[in-house]
Formats: sequence, structure tokens, C-alpha cells
Amino acid sequence: MEELSEMKTPGETLVEIKNLNKKFDDTSVLKDISLDIHQGEVVVLLGPSGCGKSTLLRCINGLEKIQGGEIILEGEKLNEQTKRMHLIRQKIGMVFQSYDLFPHMTVLENIILGPRKAEKRAKKEVVKEAEELLQRVGLLDKKNAYPRQLSGGQKQRVAIVRALCMHPKIMLFDEVTAALDPEMVREVLDVMLKLAKDGMTMVIVTHEMQFAKAVADRIIFLDNGIIVEESDPQTFFTNPSTDRAKQFLNLFEFDAI
Amino acid sequence: MQDMGIEVLFQGRNFVRLLEGLWVTVRISVFSVIVSILLGIILGMIMTMKNPLLRIITRCYLEFVRIMPQLVLLFLVYFGLTKMFRINLSGEISAIIVFVIWGTAEMGDLVRGALTSIPVHQYESGKALGLTTVQNYCYVIIPQTIRRLLPQAINLVTRMIKTTSLIVLIGVVEVVKVGQQIIEASRLTSPSAAVWVYGVIFFLYFIVCYPISILSKRLEVKWRN
Ligand SMILES: Nc1ncnc2c1ncn2[C@@H]1O[C@H](COP(=O)(O)OP(=O)(O)O)[C@@H](O)[C@H]1O
Ligand SMILES: [Mg+2]
Repeated sequence: MEELSEMKTPGETLVEIKNLNKKFDDTSVLKDISLDIHQGEVVVLLGPSGCGKSTLLRCINGLEKIQGGEIILEGEKLNEQTKRMHLIRQKIGMVFQSYDLFPHMTVLENIILGPRKAEKRAKKEVVKEAEELLQRVGLLDKKNAYPRQLSGGQKQRVAIVRALCMHPKIMLFDEVTAALDPEMVREVLDVMLKLAKDGMTMVIVTHEMQFAKAVADRIIFLDNGIIVEESDPQTFFTNPSTDRAKQFLNLFEFDAI
Repeated sequence: MQDMGIEVLFQGRNFVRLLEGLWVTVRISVFSVIVSILLGIILGMIMTMKNPLLRIITRCYLEFVRIMPQLVLLFLVYFGLTKMFRINLSGEISAIIVFVIWGTAEMGDLVRGALTSIPVHQYESGKALGLTTVQNYCYVIIPQTIRRLLPQAINLVTRMIKTTSLIVLIGVVEVVKVGQQIIEASRLTSPSAAVWVYGVIFFLYFIVCYPISILSKRLEVKWRN
């Protein structure tokens, strides 16, 4: 995997997160998070399990009610209640850890559902685009297959295509390779790397450290609902400034016996 | 002389009368089933809502209908409404009301069960694609729900068709009642008519219910692929 970080200059701010607070009942899960995500930037969220990474992504996609602060996408404030929320979500693509394709639809039907129904685009044009995208991830021959006929890696690539076909401004990835067999991880990560190279704005949660290093423009290290460290990948992986980050990175190291 | 009970079936209009009786059964069943399915879907969706008041009300309705034998409900509507409110309902209308009340409750519970068996991430994936709530239900949730629902719903429909035989008791002349009338009328001439008449009734119920279960099997197979 090549280093992409040097080649990019940050664009305009796409997502602004200001003093975000999120609670489940009485427990604070995200505490006063502030974060700007720029056009074309790849942000990788790292942190121990349960620190709030998924919750942060879900907040950005308006899947969670927030208890404080605000999230602004292209100047528009996200609000769970607003009637326009589904329109805002069309600008945000999300791929989850659990395979979330619709089991009663073929691959192609899965992909064109959003563009056809949510965006009301013409069928012919959408099918053409879907086929081009499938071609790019090497799955054109699977277009008429049902999800249960696909491997985990293939499902996740289709899920990525399904999100891309909506022309999102930003893509959110929540541990999309965590449930995959090791030999399928690469094919999915390669698709994400390609996307990054094409300039897609992305927020990625992953436990693949090599991949994080290769794809990230910026690493955000979360612990206990707080942004503990924020730096470029080079600095983060070679010279983390906090003990928590050092401990976390140590979990991925093995000492020679 | 040999007793030819089978001949009873072909005397006069007997066979046609049985078919007419069957038509009453089918008419009441089909109407009740269609209305129950539509109302049941709405009820099922209401039952999945988090509003505690709605939960209690729908729960009570379901339990009440479940505890009451259908026969008691039939009497309650047919005789009870007439006595208490001086509303005069025909047996057939009373039967339809009762079957809709019962069918809606049972169907609602089946729909609730099917809806809650759809994993949360299916709802969220639809939402994340930017579908509206209505679109999400139409294209993602309901099609999957129907596939899960179908076997039990078919079971309910055939149960409803069979239970219509109770409406004899509120004076509706349906297929079983016609059969009894025929047997009565030929009691002296052919004592074994009962076997033949009930045999035919068995067969008539079979030809109504069997295609339904065939259809459901077909759909299940189709949807599995
Ligand atoms: N729906 C929920 N209800 C209650 N608590 C939740 C819910 N979702 C997540 N949490 C809690 O919030 C915290 C952060 O969870 P999550 O964002 O999934 O962490 P991560 O993705 O970093 O592993 C955890 O302590 C988790 O138990
Ligand atoms: Mg998570």
C-alpha cells in the first residue's frame, strides 16, 4: 500500500462537528467532540473497543439523537427530527460491519434502490452506472446474484458500491472488514484505497493498522469518548504523544520470542 | 334393498345447494380474510411502536380476542348487539364482524412478530441510503416481512375458513348447514347419506384450502431463490 498523505492539500470544510455530546441514558459516550472534516480528506478513527467510534459515525449519519452540540454538513445542520434528514443522508454513504445488503434483492436491485427511489433517477442511467461501479470492484458477473450467494468480502464490496451509487459527499466506514475471513480483507481494503486515491472524503473506523497508516491523511485517536490525540499517520504511528495511544498501539505489536 | 346414500347427492338441487352453501362460506371467509390482513398489517405496525399506551391497548385487545372462544364472540355480536343496542344485524354481517375482529388481532400479532424479527441493521441500512420512512417500509422492511409472515398467515387463513363452520349456530346457512338439511330430509330414505354428504363437505373444504397452501409453498420456494 502506498503513502497518499503527502499528495493532498486539505479542501474546504465538509463536515463540522462542534462540541458533540452523546449519551445513552445517563452514560456519556461522546464527550464534547469537536472535529472538522475537509473535502477530499481521509480521516481514520482509532481507539479501543467501546470508546465511541461507531457512535460517532452514527451521529454523523443522523442515526443517533445527540444530547448536545451540533453537526453541520455543507452548511446544513443535522437534526434527527427534521423532515429533510433523509435528503441529508443521501449525501452520506455508510457501510457497516454487519453485512447489510437487502437479502430479498439481487446485487443490482440493492444498488439501484436508493438512486431510483430516494433520488428518483432514471432506471437506465442508474443501471448503467451501477454496472460500471460493479465492474470497477470486479463484481459485474455477480449483478444478478442474491446476497447469500456472495462471500463476505463480495458483500462488503457491493455495499460500498451501493453507497457510492448515491454520489455521496462523504463515505463512512465502520469496521467493514472486521467480520471477514483474513483472505478477504485485502479485496475490500483495496477498493477503499482506490476510493481515497480518487479523492473521496472518508471517515474510516478500522483495526487494520497497516491500512490505516497507508490510507489516512489524519488519525483521530478516541478513548472513552474523548479525542485524545490527533495527528498525521506518520507521527501517530512512530511517535504518539499520549500514553493511551502508546498502549493502544502496543496491542498490535508482537515481541519476538 | 341396498342403501345408496350417494344418490342423495344427486337428488333434486342437493349438490347445487351444497355449492351455494360453500359460496356463503367462501364469501364470508374471503371478505374477512382480506379486511383482516389489511387491518392486521396496520395493527402490527402500531404494535411495534414504543408508545406505552398504544402497547397496552393493543395487548388488551389481542388477549381479549384470544381468550374468547370464537363462538362466544359470535353470540356476543349477533345476540348481544341486538339486545343491548337494538341493532339488527344479519347472521352474515355478524359473522364478518367477528371474523374481522379475530383475524385482525391474530394477523396483527403475526405482523408484529415478523416486523420485530427483521434485524435493526436492515432498517438502518435503508435509512442510511436516504430512503424516507415510508420508502424504507415499502421496499426494504415489508417485502422481507411478508416473506417471513407468509407461512403463518396462510395457516391463519385456512383456520379462518374452517372456523366459519361455527356460523351455523347464528343461523347462517352455509355449507355445513346445507349438508345437515339434506341429511335431515333423507333420514328415512337413505340413512347412510350422512357419510356421503360430510364426505363431500370434507372434499369441498379441501379444494378451497389446498390451493392456498400450494400457493404458499410455491411462493416460499420462489422467494428462497
Ligand atoms: N444503543 C446503545 N445503547 C446503550 N449503550 C450503547 C448503545 N450503543 C453503544 N453503546 C455504548 O456506547 C459505548 C460506545 O460504543 P461504540 O460506539 O459502539 O464503540 P466502538 O465502536 O468504539 O467499539 C459503549 O460503551 C457501548 O456499550
Ligand atoms: Mg464499533
